[in-house]
Amino acid sequence: MVDPGAEQATAPSPLRTPLLFATVTIVATSGLVYELLAGAYSSYVLGDSVRQFSTTIGVYLFAMGIGSFLSRYVKTNVGQRFVEVELSAALVGGASVPMLQLGAAYTDAFAVLLYGLILAIGTLVGLEIPLLMRILKEELEFEELVARVLTFDYIGALFGSILFAIVFVPNLGLMRTSLLFGLLNCAVAVMATTLLAGLIPARVRARLRLVALFLALGLGTTFVYADAVVDYTEQALYPNPIVEAQQSRYQRIVITRGLRGTQLFLDGNLQFSSNDEYRYHESLVHPAFAAAERHERVLVLGGGDGLAVREVLKYSGVREVVLVDLDPAMTRLAQEDPFLRELNGNSLADPRVRVVNDDAMVWLDERSRDSASGHPEPFDVVLVDFPDPNNFSLGKLYTRSFYHILQTSIADHSAVVVQSTSPLYARQSFWCIEATMRESGFVTHAFHATVPSFGEWGYVLARRVPFEPPREPLLDDLRYLDGPTLRSLFVFGPDMSRVAVETNRLNNQMLVRYYEREWARVE
Amino acid sequence: MSSTSRRDVLRTLLGAPLLSHALASGWLAGCERGAPRTPVEGELLGPDLVAGHRLRDGIRVEALADAPVERLRLAILGGGPAGLSAAYRASHTLNHGVALFELEPVLGGTSRSDESAVTAYPWGAHYLPLPMRHNTDLLALLREMGSLDEDAATGTVTGNERMLVREPESRVFHQGYWERGLYPYAGASAEDLFELQRFQQRVDFYVRFRDSQGRRAFAIPCALATEDAEILALDRLSASAWLTREGFRSERLRWLVDYACRDDYGLRAEQASAWAMFFYWVARTEHPGEDTMELLTWPQGNSALVQHMASRAQRAGVSLRSSQMAVEVVPRHAEGEPPSVELAVLDTRSGELRRVVAERCIVAMPRFVANRVVRGLHDRDPEVAGRFTYGAWMVANLHVSERPASRGVGECWDNVIYDSPSLGYISATHQRGRDRGAGVLTHYWPLATEDAAEGRRQLFEADYAVWRDAVLSDLRRAHRGLPDVLTRLDVFRWGHAMIQPRVGMMESRARRSAALPFGAVHFAHSDLSGLAIFEEAFFHGVRAADEVLAALAPGA
Repeated sequence: MVDPGAEQATAPSPLRTPLLFATVTIVATSGLVYELLAGAYSSYVLGDSVRQFSTTIGVYLFAMGIGSFLSRYVKTNVGQRFVEVELSAALVGGASVPMLQLGAAYTDAFAVLLYGLILAIGTLVGLEIPLLMRILKEELEFEELVARVLTFDYIGALFGSILFAIVFVPNLGLMRTSLLFGLLNCAVAVMATTLLAGLIPARVRARLRLVALFLALGLGTTFVYADAVVDYTEQALYPNPIVEAQQSRYQRIVITRGLRGTQLFLDGNLQFSSNDEYRYHESLVHPAFAAAERHERVLVLGGGDGLAVREVLKYSGVREVVLVDLDPAMTRLAQEDPFLRELNGNSLADPRVRVVNDDAMVWLDERSRDSASGHPEPFDVVLVDFPDPNNFSLGKLYTRSFYHILQTSIADHSAVVVQSTSPLYARQSFWCIEATMRESGFVTHAFHATVPSFGEWGYVLARRVPFEPPREPLLDDLRYLDGPTLRSLFVFGPDMSRVAVETNRLNNQMLVRYYEREWARVE
Repeated sequence: MSSTSRRDVLRTLLGAPLLSHALASGWLAGCERGAPRTPVEGELLGPDLVAGHRLRDGIRVEALADAPVERLRLAILGGGPAGLSAAYRASHTLNHGVALFELEPVLGGTSRSDESAVTAYPWGAHYLPLPMRHNTDLLALLREMGSLDEDAATGTVTGNERMLVREPESRVFHQGYWERGLYPYAGASAEDLFELQRFQQRVDFYVRFRDSQGRRAFAIPCALATEDAEILALDRLSASAWLTREGFRSERLRWLVDYACRDDYGLRAEQASAWAMFFYWVARTEHPGEDTMELLTWPQGNSALVQHMASRAQRAGVSLRSSQMAVEVVPRHAEGEPPSVELAVLDTRSGELRRVVAERCIVAMPRFVANRVVRGLHDRDPEVAGRFTYGAWMVANLHVSERPASRGVGECWDNVIYDSPSLGYISATHQRGRDRGAGVLTHYWPLATEDAAEGRRQLFEADYAVWRDAVLSDLRRAHRGLPDVLTRLDVFRWGHAMIQPRVGMMESRARRSAALPFGAVHFAHSDLSGLAIFEEAFFHGVRAADEVLAALAPGA
């Protein structure tokens, strides 16, 4: 019986050699793309791109060396082995970004996964060229072989690096790029089964093609539904890779890390970005301290990330800080996540700080009821740092009733500051908070700061008695606020000056309505 | 109860479709084996029926002729909203010789409440629409309670922000999702929306209406409303017949009307009068096109109102006595003497019978009880017995460790399930601002049967296990995970919860004559208005107290 494949191999098509060199190019391109993908993704997740790229490249090249070394143990069936290596590269390389994404979101061992994948892909790519050279050595002189293989290898590398940055990542994103190259590896494998027909028995060929078909189907489906996969991993919601994601009883807490710092998101809303949070938190804390006449007892409502408390503890006169945040998962993360702990200076572990996990309104209400009998001491400075009023549960924390209760917990010498969303993007919302505070009996001064991650951001500073806006911060080593800057924050340009609004009450929740309307326009 | 008959009872309560759903979902699997699937702690509560039924035992005042006599200026019988309103009103003027007798160990009637470690919660009435300007007496009570927010400069009166129902007020579970508001808009056809708009126009028409004396078509208290024949004609047909006559066919609109009738009256749209249907919306809407008046509420429900009146009356010297049953009330009027009232009162704890003689008496009990207790009353108004019908209600309080998960809009104050025999539930912690964690959900279920006695029979035929299964089957449609967070479920059976404004009730001669004094006996109860709402009970309590005060005034 005559093997039709063997017959074909005895009469090689004139295209065979060019196609084999095209294979070299594609193999080289995809190898380099996998390396770049791993480098880019890991630098997003782990930060420090220089280090990530150099370690990725180092490990990858080393793994290629392992692959080249291992190629000597391939004694027989070289053609079949080459196709198997291609198929493995298609699987591991093609699915590398989806795997990294799931790993970043759902495991703690991201680095293990990352370097494991780099080692595996590098080893497979390292096997490819030696095997191909051994296949081609039957057809070319040694000098010719080395020269041409390496030429196409480097051309492929050039293609890969240029196309990666200019075409693939901008148009397809990391995930689809990785899947596309997995598909190319599959195509190479199928092509190789034809080109190397003489080296592979027909039955094995058929099996390899079947495997390639299934693999291509899997990768192709993932490619088509990549958005759904991304949604599943939440990644689509965030500009940077997720490094920590957990669902607490109250909210979805996500930490992402990119080239420009670390971000905290609660239910998808950005709470801070490490590169400019100092502007936000200095503005939240220091004007209030400058406006208050005493600084011993401080209440922080919200702010479970511990960053506001970090600023508070800069004042040596502070004797007691009570932080009331609904979510124990958030305050636990602020004390346990190494990055957050470094950023907040481990502020929540300070002996002066007491963390209470409760609804701020219920806690204040119960406290003011107790104060009717026992009279606990009033707070000197109150920092109100709730998430924006994007739902009714949060909206109640910006109502006239809430401010009424808050007033029972402070004294005439005390100052209160309320983070009040953006006076530029949500002008009515901002002035609604200010008007509601005034209606509740507060004397207010509105101010705003520029926080690049958020845009123009607003606050309301308030006391129970008339007062002048502060002119100088009490500390002189702040990064953002000095005297002239502080004074400028109280000036509002015409595009965000006061507008007429209704006040926010429990029974109308006007603020939530303003907020939904205004931010819908922005987004 | 055998499992077959339990299933039959449950089928009656739930209706066949819901029962099959409950069976399919496996909740009732245990029922078939005669044992509950998940043991849930809880108990069956209700007014003291043993004491109540002793009313029929026929004790006569004359048998107590030799017993010591307590002499009072005013005896008030019944410690629900009407009786306490009377005591509260009378205590402003009379500060001695006034006593209130309540059959139950606790005051409050259907406005009673309880308290857990987490929150207070109601067992009955739980909200009060902000009264309009003309209801000055009720506004004065609310002012005294600190429940109003008034601006002297502009003259505006509104509720205190902490007591007005906090947004989000209500949601409705429809086609698998919770939707904001009471009317399910999702998937409504143009025809549905057009009919809703047309219905609102009819409501607005009556809101705008004023008769020749400037009276509104519908007002609270209803005694202030017009007697215009065109408006009263609405009392002669049912809400459902009116909708049909006027060409309203939208299923959603008809559901909304039916829900409103069950919510306020415990009646189906086929049973409530069209007058009562319009009263629900029109009497609470100040100007055409406006929303209905905002609602005041408290975690413990209307118990907050009755407790305030009780403590205020007590401080003014009114003696409030619980577990005291008026067994017989006899109006006396000897020739040449001022009229008086002789009472036999039973202490239900000690079993001791006492004789009380009062110058005046306010009977603040539902009329079906008054008819048995007040000698000769039934014969004065023979039509009353047939006309005054009372609906049966089941109220369950579900204690949860977490709020059950919802698809769609999150928990609101009022949580209504479309197409359910129940009215859904109220979240007791809503007003305190506690939106998460442990809470108490109060689930309301009127037995809106064609015949009121049949509803009462169903109410009492179902034991604790049947009611627990019925409540859970109903709520599990909207909250599959409810059993996982449920820590306790108590059931309260109200046999005579509410007077029913069935067709013909408002216009009836029986209703008009029932409120007239009978010798020195005066009457106060929401049933005299045919509407079981706090405002009517308060109105009649105040009116009866004013009648008594006028009669007792020097020189009267």
